[in-house]
Amino acid sequence: MADTVQPTNMDLLRFATAGSVDDGKSTLIGRLLLDSKSIFEDQLEAVEATSQSKGYDYTDLALLTDGLRSEREQGITIDVAYRYFATPNRKFIIADTPGHVQYTRNMVTGASTADLGLVLVDARNGLTEQSRRHAVILSLLRVPHMVLAINKMDLVDFSQETYEKIHAEFTQFATKLNIPDLEVIPISALAGDNVVNRSENMSWYSGPTLMHHLEHVHVASDRDLIDARFPVQYVVRPKSDEHHDYRGYGGMVAGGVLKPGDEVVVLPSGMTSKIAGIDLFDREIDEAFPPMSVTVRLEDDVDVSRGDMIARVRNAPTPSQDIDAMVCWMTTTPLKPRQKLAIKHTTRTARALVKDIQYRLDVNTLHRDQETKELGVNEIGRVQLRTTVPLLCDPYSQNRTTGSFILIDEATGVTVGAGMINSGS
Amino acid sequence: MTETHADYRLSQLDQLEAESIHIFREVAAEFEKPVLMFSGGKDSIVMLRLAEKAFYPAKIPFPVLQVDTGLDFPEVLETRDNWVNRLGVRLVVASIDDAIANGVVVDDGKTSRNRMQIGTLLNAIEENGFTAAFGGGRRDEEKARAKERVYSHRDEFGQWDPKNQRPELWSLYNGRLHEGEHMRIFPISNWTELDIWDYIGREGIEIPNIYFSHQRRVFVRDGMLMSETPLNPLRAGEVVEERTVRFRTCGDISLTGCVESTASTIPEIIEEIAVAKLTERGATRGDDRFSEAAMEDRKKEGYF
Ligand SMILES: Nc1nc2c(ncn2[C@@H]2O[C@H](COP(=O)(O)OP(=O)(O)OP(=O)(O)O)[C@@H](O)[C@H]2O)c(=O)[nH]1
Ligand SMILES: [Mg+2]
Repeated sequence: MADTVQPTNMDLLRFATAGSVDDGKSTLIGRLLLDSKSIFEDQLEAVEATSQSKGYDYTDLALLTDGLRSEREQGITIDVAYRYFATPNRKFIIADTPGHVQYTRNMVTGASTADLGLVLVDARNGLTEQSRRHAVILSLLRVPHMVLAINKMDLVDFSQETYEKIHAEFTQFATKLNIPDLEVIPISALAGDNVVNRSENMSWYSGPTLMHHLEHVHVASDRDLIDARFPVQYVVRPKSDEHHDYRGYGGMVAGGVLKPGDEVVVLPSGMTSKIAGIDLFDREIDEAFPPMSVTVRLEDDVDVSRGDMIARVRNAPTPSQDIDAMVCWMTTTPLKPRQKLAIKHTTRTARALVKDIQYRLDVNTLHRDQETKELGVNEIGRVQLRTTVPLLCDPYSQNRTTGSFILIDEATGVTVGAGMINSGS
Repeated sequence: MTETHADYRLSQLDQLEAESIHIFREVAAEFEKPVLMFSGGKDSIVMLRLAEKAFYPAKIPFPVLQVDTGLDFPEVLETRDNWVNRLGVRLVVASIDDAIANGVVVDDGKTSRNRMQIGTLLNAIEENGFTAAFGGGRRDEEKARAKERVYSHRDEFGQWDPKNQRPELWSLYNGRLHEGEHMRIFPISNWTELDIWDYIGREGIEIPNIYFSHQRRVFVRDGMLMSETPLNPLRAGEVVEERTVRFRTCGDISLTGCVESTASTIPEIIEEIAVAKLTERGATRGDDRFSEAAMEDRKKEGYF
């Protein structure tokens, strides 16, 4: 094995870019890939050739991620691009998201699975409505780590004063958000200052480079290992001579640690049993924890099917048909009270009725507007839903898997809303 | 095999495996008629391995579909048969020759076999009524693939609309379809070429031997080393010579080049890729070199 790469024991950091259009997100990702030597020659040559044919003075690194024809034509990002690179200890999955307000739904897509949100601002403009919106979305999505990268420092003479001013403005705004970990780094994505290599132009800055921070930020403790949650995804029944009586429940552990012998309850039926064994392919394992995909066998022949949840007897979610959640709306027809939608929560699909829209969040001021009883495209608000069957949910703040859902338009089949549960009752 | 870490951390490869298994189970649970598109290359072999694990000890609950281009490497077909027999899955072969004979696609002498795969594939999906087709595409392969969702919606014409993809949040996949539409599913989206090799090494599974270093009679075309074969007639000025090579991808024999290499074990291959200067597609795939948007254009039409 090459001594530079040992993927078997590497850990994983997923991060997503955020910020207004043209603040330099794609350029930064291009720079990060280039300076960490993760770009292949043919990729770089293609980007150099395109930059030249477009008459640019410099190589447009954004072209490394702006992979669609229309993105290259318009010079903007339309949909998320996923890129990958690795350093000796960590693999990174990058979601480079669009800044344009019209494509907020794609930003939400990229950010939903992120461990870290990388918010860019243009040092010349400071915070814009869109950078605030993205910070709010990252905070609602409970992306546990955030970096504010103050970009284009080359265009403000690497001014410490500008950095301090934006830093202060953001810190002020962030007090109203839920951001457990924030790092503020002055950079130039185009020139490379403080991206992988330390800037020679900002001796006043003593913090880490972006790359150093990404390599060292501590992500292992972000999962819930206390509250056992196992949404049943698929019933495994071989019906073969060899495994005649085998009956297992396939799924991904959403929380806690499961062990053979554990006393468990199956929801919503409330039947109890014990874990007889946990299988990972052809091996029995001693314990399963998030995000492992395993097959759980129970001691008793209880009725369990897809959409059910296995939890601990004294620590289980409350089945609930009344859901209170923050919803991010992602289509042009507004969300209104009385509307009916399909809802998918863990492995359970049901229908939902919008009972009330309690308020709409102003992303600039974080003011709660209780007058407007609808949510337009890219708006966020607090919504009450009534579902046809009980959902087995936890607050999103406790568990990102059992606390989230999507809303689907039943006519078009399109995903139109993302929900983060406050509580079920 | 998977180590269970004392501090409840899962290595990145185990995380990728868990994510892929989750996707396989989700599709098997929610779609009426899934199928796994199998080329016999390393990515589709890893897919098949993951499907095997997802449903074990039950058999994989869907068939495997292969588009027979008539230009496949014999070593690849052999590996395919071994896999299919070992797992006891049903193999559906959609042949381009049959598609031409039946008027499903037109061989006008100008269209490459690679492009004719699209019509053949879409016809097979429609004829069999498949509603979900697993593909082994990886986002690190190519910049248009880097944009694609795990569940990639296709309209009645099998087309992908990259500017209008459905949002895809968390691990909550939306499999809603209208009559005649289908979904392409990419369970190994987040794997890189290196992850694939690391996994093949760890699992000790069979792959076609053309991935390993061997002696082969080759000639240079468009800067790539191509195999000498009656399926790919020599053009003026092309000279055949024997070299020590291996393949980084398994496409059709007329378009897929090999690289000079002495890597004959998986650790050696991993070492080689770690320092490679070209992407696997840029280095050896004629089908992607024609234009900057070659892959995007084919994908829009319904390519894998
Ligand atoms: N001078 C200077 N220009 C920069 C810097 N970073 C980015 N730019 C330029 O800003 C423009 C926009 O950059 P992009 O990377 O495409 O911006 P983006 O944030 O990805 O935009 P969207 O994805 O469309 O939201 C390009 O012309 C870049 O070359 C920087 O650090 N300094
Ligand atoms: Mg961009």
